[in-house]
Amino acid sequence: MSESPEPLLSVQGLEKHFPITKGLIKRQVGAVKAVDGLSFDVVKGETLGLVGESGCGKTTTGRLITRLLEPTGGKVVFEGRDITHMSQGALRPLRRDMQMIFQDPYSSLNPRHTVGAIVGAPFRIQGVKTEHGTKKAVQDILELVGLNPEHYNRYPHEFSGGQRQRIGIARTLALKPKLIIADEPVSALDVSIQAQVVNLLEDLQNELDLTYVVIAHDLSVVRHISDRVAVMYLGKIVEIADRQALYEAPMHPYTTALLSAVPVPDVKRRTERERIRLQGDVPSPLNPPSACRFHTRCWKAQEICKTVEPPLAELATGHQVACHFPENAPKDAVPGDAGTAVPA
Amino acid sequence: MSFLELNDLRVHFPTDDGLVKSVDGLTFKLERGKTLGIVGESGSGKSVTSLAILGLHKGGRAMISGEIWLDGEELVSASAEHVRTLRGKKMAMIFQDPLSAMHPYYTVGAQIVEAYRIHHHVSKAVARKHAIDMLGRVGIPQPERRIDSYPHEFSGGMRQRAMIAMALSCDPELLIADEPTTALDVTVQAQILDLMRDLQQEFNSALIIITHDLGVVAELSDDILVMYGGKCIEYGTAEDIFERPEHPYTWGLLGSMPRLDRARTERLMPIKGTPPSLINVPSGCAFHPRCAFEGRTGGKANTQVPELLETEGGHLVRCHLPREERRAIWENEIKPNLESV
Ligand SMILES: Nc1ncnc2c1ncn2[C@@H]1O[C@H](COP(=O)(O)OP(=O)(O)O)[C@@H](O)[C@H]1O
Ligand SMILES: Nc1ncnc2c1ncn2[C@@H]1O[C@H](COP(=O)(O)OP(=O)(O)O)[C@@H](O)[C@H]1O
Ligand code: SF4
Ligand code: SF4
Ligand SMILES: [Mg+2]
Ligand SMILES: [Mg+2]
Repeated sequence: MSESPEPLLSVQGLEKHFPITKGLIKRQVGAVKAVDGLSFDVVKGETLGLVGESGCGKTTTGRLITRLLEPTGGKVVFEGRDITHMSQGALRPLRRDMQMIFQDPYSSLNPRHTVGAIVGAPFRIQGVKTEHGTKKAVQDILELVGLNPEHYNRYPHEFSGGQRQRIGIARTLALKPKLIIADEPVSALDVSIQAQVVNLLEDLQNELDLTYVVIAHDLSVVRHISDRVAVMYLGKIVEIADRQALYEAPMHPYTTALLSAVPVPDVKRRTERERIRLQGDVPSPLNPPSACRFHTRCWKAQEICKTVEPPLAELATGHQVACHFPENAPKDAVPGDAGTAVPA
Repeated sequence: MSFLELNDLRVHFPTDDGLVKSVDGLTFKLERGKTLGIVGESGSGKSVTSLAILGLHKGGRAMISGEIWLDGEELVSASAEHVRTLRGKKMAMIFQDPLSAMHPYYTVGAQIVEAYRIHHHVSKAVARKHAIDMLGRVGIPQPERRIDSYPHEFSGGMRQRAMIAMALSCDPELLIADEPTTALDVTVQAQILDLMRDLQQEFNSALIIITHDLGVVAELSDDILVMYGGKCIEYGTAEDIFERPEHPYTWGLLGSMPRLDRARTERLMPIKGTPPSLINVPSGCAFHPRCAFEGRTGGKANTQVPELLETEGGHLVRCHLPREERRAIWENEIKPNLESV
């Protein structure tokens, strides 16, 4: 990767606290801290993977970035412009540049619209003129994503799950976006179809110079497709690093535990694999544990973990971790001393 | 005779669109204390198979033929009444979605107590003590308190544990787990798989684990059956299936899957096309429209249904390619790609 040009997307201290109200007058009695202070950059052409268990705030993050949800704090900067509180009108031209792919290829397509209408809708909404007409443009896109252009007049129910996901992808490509946020794009698909869609996303990225934020809970898929990976736990990023560093030398105990929990099809070594087993489930984001939110499940937790929140600190070049007692950290790294511990 | 034996089991459903051949000639054996993994993509007939073993198609519109022998008793011809008495006592099932298998208005404890008392003539107090025991055994903290909770008061992982407790409360000899961890997060999935492994060893029951996840079957199974379009297309030990698979569909599944235990491959190798409809199953080998080696079987692929034949030591394969050719393809064309950097 080239030495940090201006990032395409920059997320700074992003927050979404959903109010919990009670009674007729809707008095606020608490908040779900779904996303609680996220900061990361995405540079042009790369794929950032966002992983974590369900409820950790991945979908909310995607929806905040694309402004389908209003942040309650922090900033979203796209191509150097702060879009956090931009009006929907001002956002409209930006919508062309930033698109979202959803998990469920069944519910995200209007069943009463033809494929042609679905994929062509962005042209009409944005009032875009195309050289040879919308139909030709749509058929080109259908071909690009591996669908038969002659299926222009068919309805979503006439397609399989994998084909529907291709339709969803085709729709996002219509206006040549710069950034695509894909929320669990393959998790509803069978494994053979998953692989087709993963390859398609990779081909499109190369061909169209796309930048991706891929949200997924499947750590194997995320390793395959990401250049960098951010691990979330209860609304916060606990670790972010290049793919290789994260998978080969994870520093946060939660990342280590996640990786160790993935079942692998290696029957020869299944008995000797060293396993780290977390106890219990993810706590509720309504009442997250104090300080380090992982301390209730962490086998390395000490007193300090319950009282002092570990900041996300860069312990090796490009490798940030929020933990008082990180694994695999360089000897001279000082966890918790944010910003000053970067080795030369 | 083995503890469980299926002989040419067929389960067909007449529908307005035609006859759905959900299970079409399935044969396998399973001993006590052993685990069979059944893998295949959605719609391959896995759940219909498990419901057939449990006798849950009886009284419906399913047309069932073939034999299911459980501990010397044939179940396809047995009365619905009789199979019902075996359910719970002799065999039990763990479903993907515990909420659908549990009654929302009764406490978890009440449901285990009731299930237990159907088969055991004991007082409520004794059954309750047994239920608390079982909840503790499956790792539910403070079972004496949690026994009075309702299913919705449990997290997904705890609910799955409660269902396992319910299934195991009558000490069944055959346990069928249909996608037991598909809805769970990976850390919780790992806990549940550990639990199932431990309990199976302790109870020495026969376990069938059904899943679309090759990693999950590899964790637990002694033997593995790969299903495609209602048929078994490959069967063997876990080593056979993962170390020396011989069916092009199995190769396709392995090539589709990114693996954390190997160096990252540059590119996944998907199977083209989509799984077949079970109403219009492709002629000949049902996999032929998607098979990369279809052209090498001398025109037989779309005319003749290949038989499930033994290749070596109980390893069965349903493919027209000659054995030596399959092995050469695996060694030279498939395996190297799965291991590349
Ligand atoms: N509209 C909402 N109102 C209240 N809570 C919400 C809302 N949307 C999401 N949440 C909560 O925020 C947390 C994060 O959810 P989500 O972003 O969907 O997580 P993920 O995609 O990682 O599974 C969850 O606890 C969820 O219940
Ligand atoms: N009661 C039924 N009536 C008609 N078709 C059915 C019925 N139950 C299942 N099927 C069909 O049988 C096939 C196999 O289903 P199933 O065993 O559930 O697949 P899976 O391998 O995903 O568990 C599917 O095509 C399904 O639609
Ligand atoms: S800060 Fe403490 S509790 Fe949190 S992850 Fe690190 S060691 Fe575990
Ligand atoms: S019989 Fe032919 S089409 Fe079927 S799996 Fe074998 S090679 Fe492929
Ligand atoms: Mg989500
Ligand atoms: Mg099923």
